[in-house]
Amino acid sequence: MAQANRPLSPHLGIYRWQVSNTLSILHRMSGMFLTLGALVLTAWLVAAASGAPAYAALAGLLKSPLGMLALFGWSLAFFYHLCNGIRHLFWDAGRGFTIPGSRATGWTAVIAAGVLTLAFWVVVLTGSGS
Amino acid sequence: MAEFRLPANSRVQPGHEHKAPTGSTRVRKFRIYRYDPTAGANPRMDSYEVDLDKCGPMVLDALIKIKNEVDATLTFRRSCREGICGSCAMNIDGTNTLACIKATEDVRGDVNIYPLPHMPVVKDLVPDLTHFYAQYASIKPWLQTKSPAPSDRERLQTKADREKIDMPSNCILCACCSTACPSYWWNPEKYLGPATLLAAYRWLADSRDEATGERLDYLEDPFKLYRCHTIMNCTYTCPKGLNPAWAIGQIKQMIAERKL
Repeated sequence: MAQANRPLSPHLGIYRWQVSNTLSILHRMSGMFLTLGALVLTAWLVAAASGAPAYAALAGLLKSPLGMLALFGWSLAFFYHLCNGIRHLFWDAGRGFTIPGSRATGWTAVIAAGVLTLAFWVVVLTGSGS
Repeated sequence: MAEFRLPANSRVQPGHEHKAPTGSTRVRKFRIYRYDPTAGANPRMDSYEVDLDKCGPMVLDALIKIKNEVDATLTFRRSCREGICGSCAMNIDGTNTLACIKATEDVRGDVNIYPLPHMPVVKDLVPDLTHFYAQYASIKPWLQTKSPAPSDRERLQTKADREKIDMPSNCILCACCSTACPSYWWNPEKYLGPATLLAAYRWLADSRDEATGERLDYLEDPFKLYRCHTIMNCTYTCPKGLNPAWAIGQIKQMIAERKL
């Protein structure tokens, strides 16, 4: 039978978003976002090493509303990636493969990431040195 | 590489609407993917209103009713109508399943029906499974032995050993799992996909099989096995309630353990 020009059936656009694929894509997106954050972290270290004016300039940028939003995003991405990463470790050990089990661990990772992010910002905003 | 957009010839256009006959009492709209290879046009979504009071309970019943009474050109595979042959695998209401065991009642709103995702379409709901079957054949899905066969009987196994292959043996190769897997969508040429890996596990777990080493050698590959990122769409969608994701995890563990 001729293979030529057969259409490709719809995939990503029609498949239902469930706990499984949604948390997986979020894991990947948070990972990519954290890579970007690593660059900012490097810039922060370079600025600190370059002296007070450079550091003040970067700190000013990060303390702007947009900078704070990005920092919040990075902290959320960090905690989600961490929690879901632990979920992956359990899978790699052969645990958590049932449908109810993976739903439960998935929601646990999401909620834990939210709680940890909030706790982190409470400490940051109320702690010393701010 | 991941190509998120459909190619130009594959983008789905609006299609024809078929209204329910007058006097219908319980109307449900079925939106169905149509592709005619002889028309030289893109695929389209046709809609058919069906009176559920004059139709069987399953989505396959509706498809057969539409084909018999409204549009004889509607093309789909079906055979056993009881979930054992795997022919009527398709994407219904966003997940892959068998039309014969999916109740229309379980779908809210319009019933959207597409062919299995990210596959070349032969016609309407019929995907080309040639490559899928070739991948299945590549894992040598038969008993491989080195020791001589017992002269007076078959190769026996204990009940406990048989139970280890119960789950993977129940696979009917409908391809729902593989075509639900985003990793399989992005690397269909190189990643074997959940169905084939579940079958590979079936032979790895068989107490009578003596080719475990060779089988693991074949699978130990960044793409064939390790494109599995435990997304778990396969297990969520399996119409037989099997667990390909777990089986793939077992294979990864077998490979890790033999290195220790």
